[in-house]
Amino acid sequence: MTPAPDRRAAREAARRARARRGAVVAALSTVLVLGGLVLLVVSAPGWDDVRSTFFSWDVFRDSFPRVLAGFWLDVKLFVVVEVIVLVVGLGIALIRVTGAPALFPMRLLATVFTDVMRGVPVILVVYLVGFGIPALGVRGWFADPVVLGGFGLALCYSAYVAEVYRAGLDSVHPSQRSAALAVGLTERQAMRFVLVPQAVRRVMPPLLNDFISLQKDVALISILGPQEAFRVAQIDAASDFNYTPFMAAALLYLSVTVPLARIVDHQQAKARRRQGHAVTP
Amino acid sequence: MTGAPVIEIRGVTKSYGDREVLRGIDLEVGEHRALALIGASGSGKSTLLRCIDLLEDIDDGDILLDGEVITDASCHVVAVRRRLGLVFQAFNLFPHLSVIDNVTLAPVRAGKVARAEARERGRELLAHFGLAGREHDYPDRLSGGQQQRVAIVRALATRPRALLLDEVTSALDPELVGEVLELIRGLKTEGMTMVIATHEMAFARDVADEVCFLHEGRVVERGDPARMFTAPERPETQQFLRRVIASGRL
Repeated sequence: MTPAPDRRAAREAARRARARRGAVVAALSTVLVLGGLVLLVVSAPGWDDVRSTFFSWDVFRDSFPRVLAGFWLDVKLFVVVEVIVLVVGLGIALIRVTGAPALFPMRLLATVFTDVMRGVPVILVVYLVGFGIPALGVRGWFADPVVLGGFGLALCYSAYVAEVYRAGLDSVHPSQRSAALAVGLTERQAMRFVLVPQAVRRVMPPLLNDFISLQKDVALISILGPQEAFRVAQIDAASDFNYTPFMAAALLYLSVTVPLARIVDHQQAKARRRQGHAVTP
Repeated sequence: MTGAPVIEIRGVTKSYGDREVLRGIDLEVGEHRALALIGASGSGKSTLLRCIDLLEDIDDGDILLDGEVITDASCHVVAVRRRLGLVFQAFNLFPHLSVIDNVTLAPVRAGKVARAEARERGRELLAHFGLAGREHDYPDRLSGGQQQRVAIVRALATRPRALLLDEVTSALDPELVGEVLELIRGLKTEGMTMVIATHEMAFARDVADEVCFLHEGRVVERGDPARMFTAPERPETQQFLRRVIASGRL
């Protein structure tokens, strides 16, 4: 039998060798897979045409500032709609989970609203709102296509987010409500100080996922005419039959959604760690 | 019995659907007295405590607090709950709030006590029960025993007339039971009126002024702890205590 220190050193060396082997295999397989894919695309018969129509550096440089200006509208609209959605969604969720008899008609409306808005494609809602409301004779700031588009998006996403909140509220154990009532809080105080804060913490990751979807779907208001990134890219592309402006727009959307996605992952990991520690049932 | 009853229960019944959980309970707890409720799981101990704190509606009978009926439809439920403290088996601390916020939430929001005053008193209570320095920890950073002690402090923070303890040591690791029982013993010495549902028979014998054996939703036998544990009269009580002794818990 080898003496203990040697044995430990040998095991340590074996562990290191295993880790090294793993790293080499991972690197090789990455090069093979990615290289293969690139080769496949580049060797395709139409690659030269694709390169000049989708990846033209000159067109990109020319078009990017305009697309970026359009994208600014996307970002502004996204932020405003998101804030509205967070507030309205919570309101709808609260109406749906409370049992007050006086709220019955509200509850019914909230249920119908979420069912309808979740069941209709976003593009359809934006279209109906964007052309339907002006047809009613509404004039002034509300008839602005950006506002109407934002309104349509807010309708759909309020319904999604309301369902996320509701799932969060349902997931808080009933014993928390009992504890809140037992210390002498009213139902409303229990909701505000005990149940909602816990629910919101739990649904942070799914809420952020809806953020990402909304950030992309903002492009749908282009069907009403506002010159946001996708619309600008479309106009640019149509003027010289080069699709590179779409790549510019795609890059801009990614520049927001990818960091958001990383935040979601981070939040989810944090939530998992927290649950690992949690002692209360 | 010394003094008028703080809590009085008269013919209380309670069913969940077809299942009768309480089948006519009569009990009273005098001021500064501790009543231990013993009995098998499902005998109705927890339900009775939840009914007293008005977390469950009763079907029939009355519950009185300081001689005043609290189970009438016209009673102000929230006000009654503020006069009682209930401690749960699973602690039920608010996980998103620090220890001090757990303790001061009710006095500040429900009792309308100034925040600074509530925190001061909360700190005093926590220190009194050996939890000084833990004010800003979150519940998941505490041991089970510490969590349950915080939960008891939380119930005391609203200066309740009586404390209802629902198997407060059943969810604890055996080595953490002692610190919680010690705290309750201290409360008894300080004169707190208590109803204690428990499986800790030795503790019940020690601390309670009276022991009440519940069986299938009825009070089968009640009396002085010394007698109840040494010379129970009813066959159900004898059988229950035999099983408890066989499991090594007395």
